[in-house]
Amino acid sequence: MAADPLSRAFAALSDPTRRDLVARLAEGDANVTDLAEHYDVSLQAVSKHVRVLEDAGLVSRTRDAQRRPVHLEAQVLDLMTAWIERYRREAQARYTRLDAVLDDLATTQTAPRTTPSRRRAGGTR
Amino acid sequence: MTHDTTLELDPRVPMLRLTRDFDASPADVFRAWADPDLVVRWLGPVDRTMEVERYDCVSGGAYRYVHVRGDDRQWFHGSFHDVRPGELIVQTFTWEGMPDSVALETARFHDLGDGRTRLVTTSLTDSFEGRDAFVASGMEAGVRDSFAKLDALLAG
Repeated sequence: MAADPLSRAFAALSDPTRRDLVARLAEGDANVTDLAEHYDVSLQAVSKHVRVLEDAGLVSRTRDAQRRPVHLEAQVLDLMTAWIERYRREAQARYTRLDAVLDDLATTQTAPRTTPSRRRAGGTR
Repeated sequence: MTHDTTLELDPRVPMLRLTRDFDASPADVFRAWADPDLVVRWLGPVDRTMEVERYDCVSGGAYRYVHVRGDDRQWFHGSFHDVRPGELIVQTFTWEGMPDSVALETARFHDLGDGRTRLVTTSLTDSFEGRDAFVASGMEAGVRDSFAKLDALLAG
């Protein structure tokens, strides 16, 4: 597994089951047994996914409670999302400027074709 | 209509991938990428102007340009490894503030027909830390602060 914390968090979220677990936990804390009911895999497999999320700092588990509910660290997730979204928006802004350049290209390319035809149609110049 | 841009961070290798559709032919999108007079109009950050020192977008070519804001000048350079017009650009990318760190970048121009193109770009850095710094680069102080805050949260 990747060494730095941020990559660990990204790696943890790369798995569809773990992403689904995070989505479920966004609605509220739940213990592993309850979570496992939603998946066609063993309790042990779900428990292992939860441990990966826990190691990545995305979820925490109360030590003293008997059922040890899994709690989503929403703050971490929000920051990751904001960070990625910001980069994506910068790329989007860049590509919107590229759209404008391409519009100009399309205009200059059609101009030499339309000008002579207009001349023919007009017949006066 | 403005098309959406999708960003994927690969969990297995330190790569980021951007995908975006354009209402223009692959030949035109490529041209906007390969002609320095057109590149300066869109590639730089919105609050900076871009000046090109050299930009020779052919196989074996090279580029060097600067993003300018007031007295602040950020230089970038790289080599064009393989260039197939209207199809593919493979290039290296270095921010001269971190000269030992080199990213390998690809831009693929997929023809969607009807004068439309899907542009898929990838940036492969030499470490996950490098990629994360890459995503964080060019961001405003507030975002960099939240990046540091995130590191602290995750490390905690």
